[in-house]
Amino acid sequence: MSNVFIAFQTNEETRSIIEAIADDNPNAIINEQPAMVKIDAPDSLTIKRASIEEKMGRDFDLQELHVHLITLSGHIDETDDEFNLSWLN
Amino acid sequence: MDMKVAAKKLGLKERYAAMTRGLDWETTYQPMDTVYPYDKFEGIKIHDWDKWEDPFRLTMDAYWKYQAEKERKLYAILDAFNQNNGHLGVTDARYINALKLFLTAVTPLEYMAHRGFAHVGRQLRGAGARVACQMQALDELRHAQTQIHSLSNYNKHYNGFHDWRHMHDRIWYLSVPKSFFDDAVTAGPFEYMVAIGFSFEYVLTNLLFVPFISGAAYNGDMGAMAFGFSAQSDEARHMTLGLEMIKFMLEQDPANLPIVQGWIDKWTWRGVRMLTIVGMMMDYMLPKRVMSWKEAWEIYFEESGGALFKDLARYGITIPKCVAQATIEKEHITHQAWTTFYQYGAAAAFNTWIPEKEELDWLSEKYPNTFDKYYRPRLEYLGEQAKQGKRFYSTTLPMLCQCCQIPMFFTEPDDPTKICYRESDHNGEKYHFCSDHCKEIFDHEPEKYVQAWMPVHQIYQGNCFKPDVDPTAEGFDPLAAVLDWYNIQFGRDNLDFEGSEDQKNFDTWRQTAKSNG
Repeated sequence: MSNVFIAFQTNEETRSIIEAIADDNPNAIINEQPAMVKIDAPDSLTIKRASIEEKMGRDFDLQELHVHLITLSGHIDETDDEFNLSWLN
Repeated sequence: MDMKVAAKKLGLKERYAAMTRGLDWETTYQPMDTVYPYDKFEGIKIHDWDKWEDPFRLTMDAYWKYQAEKERKLYAILDAFNQNNGHLGVTDARYINALKLFLTAVTPLEYMAHRGFAHVGRQLRGAGARVACQMQALDELRHAQTQIHSLSNYNKHYNGFHDWRHMHDRIWYLSVPKSFFDDAVTAGPFEYMVAIGFSFEYVLTNLLFVPFISGAAYNGDMGAMAFGFSAQSDEARHMTLGLEMIKFMLEQDPANLPIVQGWIDKWTWRGVRMLTIVGMMMDYMLPKRVMSWKEAWEIYFEESGGALFKDLARYGITIPKCVAQATIEKEHITHQAWTTFYQYGAAAAFNTWIPEKEELDWLSEKYPNTFDKYYRPRLEYLGEQAKQGKRFYSTTLPMLCQCCQIPMFFTEPDDPTKICYRESDHNGEKYHFCSDHCKEIFDHEPEKYVQAWMPVHQIYQGNCFKPDVDPTAEGFDPLAAVLDWYNIQFGRDNLDFEGSEDQKNFDTWRQTAKSNG
């Protein structure tokens, strides 16, 4: 089993994004570092638009993630509603 | 009554397909092979470009929208940082030397990456790959510009920032990053994608931008943090493009595997060697440290890279064999590099120093197997000499590796007390290397690497003086003439941090900032 990860800048918007990820991925480990937050998860990680909208209290386009993203690893599968990271092996 | 019915919005995948491939066409006035002349000679076989998947599915309009948002955020932070003299809030003026190295070594590579991706974005015949490369070409140009812009504020106050572009083409240690990128852009489009898109962006770039830039934030530099993370937000897309390219080549034809594996092996090692400088910046040039080079290597290369190679094993890709040596060297190279820069501190465009006692203690703790045994005694000896007024500056020129162009300071993998030398003969000439892996890269393509512009050779051949210099004149000082050609101002840009103009100015200004005196 390998970890996938994603890291965001620490700011107001990503606070909601990270909370939503933590709720939707109970296995994820949230690692706070200076000015950034790195999230590791075994095998896969799912980011859901609906959960972020719930936390933010506004509409959210998953492509807005690009503005705050620092880095990631794993294969990406993205639709309007979900952003998935996974390893196939 | 007229009812306005909103047209149903296309989903992300359909929208992307319509806005990229939907706009592409097969040429008829000219054969496709004439329009795209460079995407076959490397031997990579592509049967169906329609199989290309761009995982982010970013269309050009969405690209502009999000990039504009990133720029607005970046410049708001920069303005605030500069208006408030944020440079005086960094932990210690020694830190600023890491930025000098960044501007002279890394920023020009961003521009070269822009050129490389603009070229590849024109030459690949698949529309999906072309669009992704064109976006990356624009990203890289943005990175170069935002770094120059951010760091220009430091040029108002500190030495060594004044002529970075000129220096990049001349100074001995800057030939390491310069030749790395020159090597990549002179390869074919597929090798370039493996070199930069995959090996550098996916496997290694996290080591440059994540812990180092997080470290810049930790040291109070909001300017570098802003451009670093803004750049890195594009990097996630770049990494994905690099990985997609690897998968695509391997899925298209089994005959591509050995070619791709060869490029991964070569470019992983080329990148690892170049990152020696970044490791040194993390361990020695950040006064407050987030993590050691060794820890960063373990997280971002061993763990994350390990997961990647495990995943790619289904295509037959194996972890590059140079990784075994890199794993041993993670405990050595930063100390070897800093000790070398310290000794060549008269010929560098930044200040060098011996770490303070608590910093040495930190290094001892982070490198329990090597630091006390091999490196701490040397640094303490050099520090003691400096205290007695005998600050050591080497005035001879080092032998360089013909491949990575780094001075030969790396040691044998199984003996850290012995410098590693390798050599090859080609057309009656002898060439020298720092390692088995650099030698192997040369032996595979000697015609390319014999053309390398080796800074030390060029100095000895008299090619690194200004045109009006007469090396036969009495009292001729070759080092002074070379520094003049570099545009390094002796006593301001170089030498020890202790007693430097930057140190004095920073202390004076910081006092002024804290009191009315």
